Amino acid sequence: MDTNMSAEAKQYIVVRIGNEQYGIDIQYVDNIVRMQRITRVPKAQSFFKGVINLRGEIIPVMSIRLKFGLEPDEITNSTRIIILKFEAQSAIGILVDEVKEVVTLEEESIEKVTYNAKDEKSMYLSGIGKNGDNLISLLNIAGVIVEKEAV
Amino acid sequence: MDVSQYLEIFIDETKEHLQNLNEQLLILEKEPDNVNTINEIFRAAHSLKGMAGTMGYKRMQRLTHDMENVFSEIRNGKMTVGANLVDVLFQGLDALESYLSNIQETADEGTEDNEPIISELNKILQEGVGEKVDTQATTATATQAEPAQAHEEGAKYQDLRIADYESNAMIKAKEIGKNIYGITIYIQETCILKAARAFLVFKALEELGEVIKSYPDVQDIEDEKFEFDFSVILITESALETVKNKILNVSEIKSVYIDKMQAPEEKNEGQVEKSETAPVAKETVQAAAAATATAPTEKKEATQQKAPAQAKQQSKPVVNRSVRVDIEKLDVLMNLVSELIIAKNGLVSISSGENENRSESAFNEQIEYLERVTTNLHESVMKVRMVPIESVVNRFPRMIRDLSKKLDKKMELYMTGEDTELDRTVIDEIGDPLMHLLRNSADHGLESAEERRKAGKPEVGSIFLDAYQDGNNVVIEVRDDGAGINVEKVKAKAIEKGTVTKEQAETMTDKDVIDLLFRPSFSTAEKITDVSGRGVGLDVVKTRIEALGGDIEARTKLGEGSNFIIRLPLTLAIIQALMVEIGKEKYAIPLGSIQTIEDVPVHDIKYVQTKEVINLRGTVIPIIRLADILDVEQTNETPESLTVVIVSKGDKLAGLVIDNLIGQQEIVIKSLGKYINNNKMIGGATILGDGEVALILDVNTLV
Repeated sequence: MDTNMSAEAKQYIVVRIGNEQYGIDIQYVDNIVRMQRITRVPKAQSFFKGVINLRGEIIPVMSIRLKFGLEPDEITNSTRIIILKFEAQSAIGILVDEVKEVVTLEEESIEKVTYNAKDEKSMYLSGIGKNGDNLISLLNIAGVIVEKEAV
Repeated sequence: MDVSQYLEIFIDETKEHLQNLNEQLLILEKEPDNVNTINEIFRAAHSLKGMAGTMGYKRMQRLTHDMENVFSEIRNGKMTVGANLVDVLFQGLDALESYLSNIQETADEGTEDNEPIISELNKILQEGVGEKVDTQATTATATQAEPAQAHEEGAKYQDLRIADYESNAMIKAKEIGKNIYGITIYIQETCILKAARAFLVFKALEELGEVIKSYPDVQDIEDEKFEFDFSVILITESALETVKNKILNVSEIKSVYIDKMQAPEEKNEGQVEKSETAPVAKETVQAAAAATATAPTEKKEATQQKAPAQAKQQSKPVVNRSVRVDIEKLDVLMNLVSELIIAKNGLVSISSGENENRSESAFNEQIEYLERVTTNLHESVMKVRMVPIESVVNRFPRMIRDLSKKLDKKMELYMTGEDTELDRTVIDEIGDPLMHLLRNSADHGLESAEERRKAGKPEVGSIFLDAYQDGNNVVIEVRDDGAGINVEKVKAKAIEKGTVTKEQAETMTDKDVIDLLFRPSFSTAEKITDVSGRGVGLDVVKTRIEALGGDIEARTKLGEGSNFIIRLPLTLAIIQALMVEIGKEKYAIPLGSIQTIEDVPVHDIKYVQTKEVINLRGTVIPIIRLADILDVEQTNETPESLTVVIVSKGDKLAGLVIDNLIGQQEIVIKSLGKYINNNKMIGGATILGDGEVALILDVNTLV
């Protein structure tokens, strides 16, 4: 969890959602669990798949695909739920197709994305990371999770 | 002295005393001659003063002191209780309460001196006493000088308060020709073993005669609970000089003040005690003595661990919420926990034991045992959290009294069921809504005395606050015998405000109209008073109560009064629930709201205004198809009969159609977190035995 080894470098968990690679700042990641039975919550926002029981705690699970307007999730053997703790006391899980690796990105290898007020999806990204030849979209966790009012 | 560790006790006890004072004062106002009440008040005020003093809250102490003076005079029959006096005393109590809340937040009493109240008190004291005994009038003025006096070096023995038996002893001594000396001894401030020195002094004195009185107490002196001086009264045959020399022979004694004391004369003109000094000075000593007496253990410990955490405590001493628990309840808990361990061991031995006792029945036995233990455990834990509602409602009589004066209406509050118990979290939250309802009743509900007379009602309005348990709920009713709610007026207002249209209003039942009152910003009071009427009323009450898992409804009869009924769940964390299946999903319905479960043939379903209803034993009940509302995937078969769970919210009933009953279960309520937003239909979730999550339906929003 020690992300402050050097001020500029941050560690990201690289996940695959559809064809794209996304990076999640490791400091928000509480846990990664295998896919399990998700209990549907009626009348919830459409991108919430439901809730799971994580060692006695009820945790809502959100589908990044649905949130981003992609095709619905296909559950495979490599599907994982990443439990994020953005604020103390309230964890949230996000569904990803695959967890690939953990990378350390220097400040200079991250390109800022221009913020476009019209495109709310641009709020979901905090930048593009370059890791060798791969491009990783870095998720802006706050933007993805908090803006429940908008729906 | 570091007293922060006693802060919690202090706050709790002060609250109790203040509450007690409030209650007793109310009684006193009605029965000014009730000796018991006066004594009780005096005792409470006295303890309060002592406690404030011990904790070092000077302003609080001073105010209580002055109030106590008044009480003392009342007790001695030198003053009568007037309305004016009671008002000032109530003001004093309010001021004390604000000190207390300051202390609770910051550990400091604040800087408000409440000079007006103090001077008012003293004025009343002077006037009141002046009528009867002129000499006592100095009391008030002497008070002001008191703190300074306390630190001066001098013949403090003069300040000693002499009890009856002591004065008797002195009189006797005088009769047989012995000398009575008052002695104040100062020990050098550099002295390390004060107590030892004091002990030597006592020993020396006891060789000469009899010490009939000492301040501080001998016990306190032995425990080193005094500054650098102590005073004694000695009865001896020896001469003054002998005594003095004997004392000065003890090393590290700084100075000795000694003088002959007059034996008190036989009691005269009802004055309880008499010595040369002003009565107030005696009071001081008495107060200080009380402080040591009420909190001897506290002091002792405090001196031992002087001020390590004081600086830290200054910043955030805010006291944790606590529940006072009967030790017996804890014992029960402890027992249950040990039983739990035994049960666990039983299970372990069954699963690890060599085949023989591994039988199914032994296992089931253990499970049953475990179940029994956990149920008991749950019950006991709930009991520990339960607090009688009294702690909330006991401040209401005072509030109604104040309101009565403020609104110039005569009213009386009748309360029943104060011992009804509720969960601590609910207790904390319920105070404000109740207060609001009471204010409403007092302000809007009750008519003025004149109107009441015209309507043929007794002039004094009545407000009732009844609490009682009803199944798994606690019901609190706030009733008044006032004018009731004028439904037409509410309708007109609603139309005027645009809450409903005229057409809508016409079709509304009275009950619907009354429910409008719970909408945000809706107040029917024609003029806004500072008591109520700003329109931030009932809707807030409603949200607060719903947040606690309860609900509120209003009933009214024009001209006869209105009744607000609050229903609250007994507990918040663990409930009994009926598990049901809808499609393939499992849901829990809180047992508390379930009336019956019915098997209804499909052809019994009737339609009213295109809504499905059933006629159940004469009651028409609307039917809610949960599968539709919850968007559950449906199986295509149409059964011949439906299983309907009849639930109630207040006196509203509804039938929930479900597919399968699973059974009753004790479930632990867990929150869904704040991210998911589901129109409040789901009250939470619970985890079933197999780890699966089941959602809990919130019947209140469904019905």
